[in-house]
Amino acid sequence: MTARRLFFLAGVVTLCAWVLVPLYLIALAATGGSGVVHAWPKPFLPTGTLAATLAPLARFLSIAGVWPALLTSVETALVCVAISLALGLPAGYALARFRFRGAVLFRVLVLMTRAFPVAILALPLAVTFIRLGLYDTPVGVGLMHTALALPFTILVSASLFQAIPAELEEASWVFGCSRLGAFRHVVMPLALPGIAAAATFAFVISWNEVFAASVLTVRHRTLTAYLLAILPESPLNVQFTGAFLLVIPSVLFIFLVRRRLFSIWGIANR
Amino acid sequence: MRSRSLPYLLIAPASLLLAVLFLWPLAQTALLAFRAPGPLGTDVWSLAHIGRMVGDFDFHSALYNTLGLVVVVVPLQFVLALTMANMLRHIRAGRSLVLWIWSIPLGISDLAAGLVWLAILSERGYLNTVLQAVGIISGPRSWLTYETPGVLFAAIVATELWRATAIVLVILVAGLDMIPREYAEAAEVFGATPWQRFRRVTLPLLRPSIQTALILRTVLAFEMFATVVAIGGRNFPVLASKAYDWQYFDQNTGVAAAYALVIMAAAIAATLVYLRLLRSPEHAR
Repeated sequence: MTARRLFFLAGVVTLCAWVLVPLYLIALAATGGSGVVHAWPKPFLPTGTLAATLAPLARFLSIAGVWPALLTSVETALVCVAISLALGLPAGYALARFRFRGAVLFRVLVLMTRAFPVAILALPLAVTFIRLGLYDTPVGVGLMHTALALPFTILVSASLFQAIPAELEEASWVFGCSRLGAFRHVVMPLALPGIAAAATFAFVISWNEVFAASVLTVRHRTLTAYLLAILPESPLNVQFTGAFLLVIPSVLFIFLVRRRLFSIWGIANR
Repeated sequence: MRSRSLPYLLIAPASLLLAVLFLWPLAQTALLAFRAPGPLGTDVWSLAHIGRMVGDFDFHSALYNTLGLVVVVVPLQFVLALTMANMLRHIRAGRSLVLWIWSIPLGISDLAAGLVWLAILSERGYLNTVLQAVGIISGPRSWLTYETPGVLFAAIVATELWRATAIVLVILVAGLDMIPREYAEAAEVFGATPWQRFRRVTLPLLRPSIQTALILRTVLAFEMFATVVAIGGRNFPVLASKAYDWQYFDQNTGVAAAYALVIMAAAIAATLVYLRLLRSPEHAR
């Protein structure tokens, strides 16, 4: 192995550590309880037993408001996933299977929506939602999050349907399937893993969003909005445990959708 | 006839929702910012909210802090992501593992990322433990206050680099994967050095991806919010956090909307600059 190669590998390992070490440290800080948070100098290895490690997490979940916030976060994310899929899959299918006037324009417009700051959307929606009775509800926040997730859902499902040969669908038409029937019995089963990835992606976008969730809720806060609201008056160990709980699902989800991440941007740049 | 109208039927619901959730709030935000109660009690066109924003004690520091972060963070992220994307091309074993590790931060929320780095940088944090071990400091020491604005700024930059370089990386890797290897091989046959191949062949072909990555990243950097709040609290105002404060603590949607418009204007200006600078030459399409 040449010195050059060694240097290169050291760089790769350093960059991996740059990502992983902070995650390890937040796990330590989150599971150490108030003892570790105030300890000096800080231990770099877990100190207690497994039970002692899990105790701070249990204690965090028993704080008034955390469970409801967790549930609201999940509800909100599910609303976001449901609407994103219901509207995004047909649009993605249209982009993948038809050549129609305005297809390019539609794709550009969808991409451009990501150039909109969340603040522009969230502030007036707060006013409107109060009027419509959607303020402070998971449906309202989920709808707002759909605006952020839908563009990605459309692009992911477009790349997804493009990868399924149109011949399969055409063959089933020959055998007497309707367009809808062919979609349900031929395309759907093949597209299911990809659709699951698109759903996961929408879920993470909603789960992570802070600004809109904070502006659109008061009592029924999502976990991010709840954490942000209690930030000024909560002790550090509570903040760290909250952050750790936010991070866990995200890391798992990224692991599940890792192969699809690239297809989104592959198609987006075409 | 049916199959001609079918694609439009399929994109109609999504288009409708996006229009309602984007165009309509945009107009509403402008109304909120530019209309204020007049002398007769009804709303009239007015610059009152804009004036109040500009006269706000924190407005200038919020503006400069935001601009400063964007100007420092985005180029660093771009160079780092480009380097990482190139490194990935030379990894022989375990490429997908490395790629997965490097894209983990993509799923981490800005609030969680801010708190992760707070754990590292706080008074009795892990960084200070290391600094004491190597003898730079002699005891716990707080860095994230208004007394050390330089360190506070650097802490936010580090957090953003950690959290949001992944999105640039993923876009660039997707772009690199679409460039046929033959181009670089042809350049090699004609005696181009690795640097020349990168500079003259890869970079120009990567231009569309670079454009997407920079636009997206810059827009998101202008609305940086929870990271800054988690690390700096009120010691480091930025545009989005001021919009939040005015909406949430002062219950003044008008001034909050004015801040949102400033973010929007900055995002549009940056997008136009990138579109102009990184435009693909006509003949190369």
